[in-house]
Amino acid sequence: MIGGILSLELLSSALRMSVPLTFASLGGVFSERGGVVNIALEGIMLVGAFGAVVGTYFTNNPWVGLLTAMLFGFLIALIHAVVSITFRINQIISGTALNIMATGLTTFLSRLIFKAAGSSPHIEGMVQWRFPGTNWQISPLIVIMFAVIIISQIVIFKTRYGLRLRACGENPYAADSLGIDVIRMRYSGVLISGILGGLGGAFLSLEHARVFVEGMTTGRGFIALAGMIFGRWTPLGSFSACFLFGLAEALRMRLEGFGIPTQFIQMIPYIVTMCVLIGVVGRAVAPAYDGIPFEK
Amino acid sequence: MIRRILINILAPFLAVLLAFSVGAIVMYILGENPFYVYKILLVNSITNINGWGYVLFNATPLIFSGLAVALAFKGGLFNIGVEGQLYIGAFACAWFGITFDVHPIIGIPMGLLFAMVFGGLWGVIAGYLKARFGAHEVIITIMLNFIAIALTNYLVNNPFKEPGQINPIPQTKELFSGSVIPRVYPLFNKLGIDLSSSVPLNYTFFIAIIFCIIVWYFLERTRWGYEIKAVGLNPKASRYGGINPSHIVILVMFLSGALGGLAGVNDVMGYRYRFLDGFSRGTGFTGIAVALLGKNSPIGIVFASILFGILDRGALAMDVFTNTPRELIRVIQAIIIIFVAIGNEFIFRLLQRLERESE
Repeated sequence: MIGGILSLELLSSALRMSVPLTFASLGGVFSERGGVVNIALEGIMLVGAFGAVVGTYFTNNPWVGLLTAMLFGFLIALIHAVVSITFRINQIISGTALNIMATGLTTFLSRLIFKAAGSSPHIEGMVQWRFPGTNWQISPLIVIMFAVIIISQIVIFKTRYGLRLRACGENPYAADSLGIDVIRMRYSGVLISGILGGLGGAFLSLEHARVFVEGMTTGRGFIALAGMIFGRWTPLGSFSACFLFGLAEALRMRLEGFGIPTQFIQMIPYIVTMCVLIGVVGRAVAPAYDGIPFEK
Repeated sequence: MIRRILINILAPFLAVLLAFSVGAIVMYILGENPFYVYKILLVNSITNINGWGYVLFNATPLIFSGLAVALAFKGGLFNIGVEGQLYIGAFACAWFGITFDVHPIIGIPMGLLFAMVFGGLWGVIAGYLKARFGAHEVIITIMLNFIAIALTNYLVNNPFKEPGQINPIPQTKELFSGSVIPRVYPLFNKLGIDLSSSVPLNYTFFIAIIFCIIVWYFLERTRWGYEIKAVGLNPKASRYGGINPSHIVILVMFLSGALGGLAGVNDVMGYRYRFLDGFSRGTGFTGIAVALLGKNSPIGIVFASILFGILDRGALAMDVFTNTPRELIRVIQAIIIIFVAIGNEFIFRLLQRLERESE
């Protein structure tokens, strides 16, 4: 039975489930490495999922949907940046407000555009890429995800930009004294997280559901942040953690139909997330100035 | 003193005004007359006694959830888990009410107690994990929200589902009369106030006001309240002062969760007399806006809850009489949070500068 469950199929399903989490988690890494906690990622993913459907709905082109998702995510992140970096408002408060706003805004716009509050019409998903000479298909977004993971890892740890960004999260005052524009660096981190979070949301609506459903992110933005913490604020680590969450979600889907009440199966990702957060204690150290506003 | 009044009233007032202006711009873009929409919103909520009845009914759970968020804020914690605590509390008092057939003198306090204890225990999970393992309370409480909603969904669909039920939304059977909190219209009618018997305003509202006083007294006049505020202001310093921050974290999350649990009482014991699956649509989250707008003070929370009660009531009318979807109200609430936070910060800095200059 174990062999049957741990099949290649399960791993591929786990990979698919981990995609939205990974994008959002990478976004979290950029934002928090620069010193800004971004719990608005939940809302960013939600507007991303919505944007992807809106863009695809009007153009019949999922790639336009993808761009719309990134734009919507960017805009929410921009508000978070202005409020929490420029106005130095508590980042959790700003993030919470934006999450509430995203729920209201997506339903509001959904009713205006689609004349229905609960869900949008179905849309065309992305055309899958086929490995040459085989029957294997893969979503372009998964390919993009792996590219983004590798690029992020290099950017954050091997480039001047990454060094500066990390400096702003570890000690913005030292960074400032060395002539680094802390405000600008923090803006860049948050805005990148908006774009990546939007992509994560887009995967949910474009690939998983092919429709936008009210509140469809169901806490994934927060799970992604837990993944980021578990992955110690590194892109590769975050991906590994999100893959673990994806595995939990894939297993969860396998368990349906074994006579366990669905509600308990639905709880699995949330319980796994809590266990992971408890398990990393003392081993995961956040950037020293993560969450603390910078005042010149 | 005048300055404090200025901060506490002017900043929230301006924030609300600005948020409404943003809402007006959105309506204008949609081709609606904002004055007409806001008129509809207000006419149906505050120009007649029945409208006020609904407003105060809507405000009741918001007062509790606002108090829950505010108490946690005072202790330096973000309780984003009020929504989950609300569901657990609501189910707990419903469970008491459908199980025990007792006199109201016992039934009502016991129902409240059940909501508090179970809501509090649900909150303590996050408090304990924070104190013991340092797990981030924001993520933990959010996860607990989803778990609480799934758990009550299971309970109301399976062991506690009303037999022979026809309602498409699952619900428990009706509470025994001993756990029902009565409506206020008979009293109001006796006093000569013409409140319609269809208005669901009930005594839970007055219980909420009493809890505002209790919370105020607790925070301002008791040792525990003092310690909570000390930890909230500076956990390190309070440790030198002989306070154990871990204990305070657990205490705060219990009390905050208990208040969150009470936020579920109005619907169960005062309105539907049963637990309805998924009845709360974000009351726990609106509590965050309420606490911020009310500047974490009980009296401020009452006024903020009434404002949001007006918005909720008006949103219904907006849906019926205008083309603006009611979700705009939710967006306006979020904008209020942001503007209030910015306003507080801004005025705080302004006053600091003025004080420095006057020295």
